[in-house]
Amino acid sequence: MGKLFRFHNDVDTDQIIASQYLLFPTIDEMKTYTFESLDPDFSKKAKPGDFVVACENFGCGSSREQAPAVLKALGIKAVIAKSFARIFYRNAINIGLPVIVCKDLYDHVQDQDEMELDLEAGTIVSGGQTFTCTKLPAKMQSILDQGGLIASLNKED
Amino acid sequence: MGYTIIEKILKHNTGVCDIKAGDIVTTNVDRVMIHDIFIPFVADKFEEMGFTKLWDPDKVVLIYDHLVPASQVDDTRHFRKGNEFAEKYGMKNVHRSDGICHQLMTEAGYVKPGDVVFGTDSHTTTYGCVGAFSSGIGYTEMASILGTGQLWVKVPQTIKVTINGELPANVTSKDIILRLIGDLRADGATYQALEFTGDTVKNMTVASRMTMANMAIEAGAKCALFTPDEKTAEYCEIELNDFQKSLVGDPDAVYARELTYQAEDLVPVLACPSQVDNIKPVKELVGTKIDQVFIGSCTNGRLEDLQKAAAVLKGKKVAPFVKLIVTPASRKIYRQALADGTLEILSDAGAIITHPGCGLCCGRTGGILSDGERVVATNNRNFLGRMGTSKVEIFLASPVTAAACAVAGEIMEG
Repeated sequence: MGKLFRFHNDVDTDQIIASQYLLFPTIDEMKTYTFESLDPDFSKKAKPGDFVVACENFGCGSSREQAPAVLKALGIKAVIAKSFARIFYRNAINIGLPVIVCKDLYDHVQDQDEMELDLEAGTIVSGGQTFTCTKLPAKMQSILDQGGLIASLNKED
Repeated sequence: MGYTIIEKILKHNTGVCDIKAGDIVTTNVDRVMIHDIFIPFVADKFEEMGFTKLWDPDKVVLIYDHLVPASQVDDTRHFRKGNEFAEKYGMKNVHRSDGICHQLMTEAGYVKPGDVVFGTDSHTTTYGCVGAFSSGIGYTEMASILGTGQLWVKVPQTIKVTINGELPANVTSKDIILRLIGDLRADGATYQALEFTGDTVKNMTVASRMTMANMAIEAGAKCALFTPDEKTAEYCEIELNDFQKSLVGDPDAVYARELTYQAEDLVPVLACPSQVDNIKPVKELVGTKIDQVFIGSCTNGRLEDLQKAAAVLKGKKVAPFVKLIVTPASRKIYRQALADGTLEILSDAGAIITHPGCGLCCGRTGGILSDGERVVATNNRNFLGRMGTSKVEIFLASPVTAAACAVAGEIMEG
């Protein structure tokens, strides 16, 4: 069980982590500034095991892999949205951050609601309701299962 | 059954005969581009993956553009890491101050029609201007390509966009792509390819096509493609081979969606704060006071863009209290604009002319604004906080509109 942080449509990668912080040498130094322009206290409020929930086109904009990386570093367990921008989606899978398409969740929850995710079954429970998620393509599921692209490549060797 | 352009490129690249949208295929990468912001992360991941050599050093291009020249002491660490990586793994294709990555990749001849190219930047879609499949990826995937030379992709569906007719004098390819993004919305082409055709496109310069391919990502597209033609061949300094000539969408190809525009109906438009798909005709905003104008970037920093701006600014002065900043996209363009008198006209009008690079577009190396200020800019994103504080209003426009705004000190049609 974790708390969910609810965001709107078209959350872009500049909003997730702004350009000026990309110059910090490590993701740990950057993560304090996650969602700074939308909620400056996000990194203090989010606890490991919490979730990010959004509407359409989450992660649009730049190719910066730091966007999913700061979310993962803060312990965000998964991002659940109606749809994702392509590069963010690939980047998240490659670093082992689950990104889940769920068409119904967003419209039925409020910011700070509690929710539970069963990744294997592809279901989410919140407020007594169960929501079904869209399955990942097999190729991506396999990368995610192994903990990301690096683990996946090392295993192939 | 016929094929779309992207299907033809991926069929040729992978050798998979019966290819169709939705298939997952492994591509053999023809070229990759890494820029200064991400090189330290790519280098770390590459070594973390246990690779000891690049799959082909000649196919790797490293370009310093976002941080050149350094404006903060930490920036120089990126150059050091890049230089170390290039030396250690025998890379020769390194550009340290030649211009913006997306300009240099085609200008310096790294990308040819039909190539498969990936870059650590979302605007890598630009190389579709010469009929290449090019797309942005993250640093972990880039590190894996550097070691393996391959990347898996899902063959995208295609949206076909046809534009016919002659554009009005004050309408440019920037207005076309902004209008299209407004119609498709910011996620309207997610996971899909855009394919441009029609006689307006055929009559367009490669530079104008670059502007459109560059912004395809703003509708979420994986790539954008133009059929290579004699203009492409001239620009790339090659003769098109049979494969390259075949890169046209077949009449019986399957498209996800088809959109058609008549050029004469198009008008100058702006992307209003703070979404690229918030498109309005310039006419509706005439009179809105502005503080700064920026002409440049990988979207609109080419010679023809500077010339179009100069045509508007010739013999005129930038309005008092407005700063006009002009950034040529590459050293080559800078020198061409210097030689043909364009920079002189811009300078006479009061423009600040900067070194080639990405600086202003991403709010780095100068030109930032503060709360409540407005900027009309020719780049590709008006996201919150992109060119200064999150309370700066960014309006995206063509170089013609931008130049007219600079003279008027307010939003104005060119």
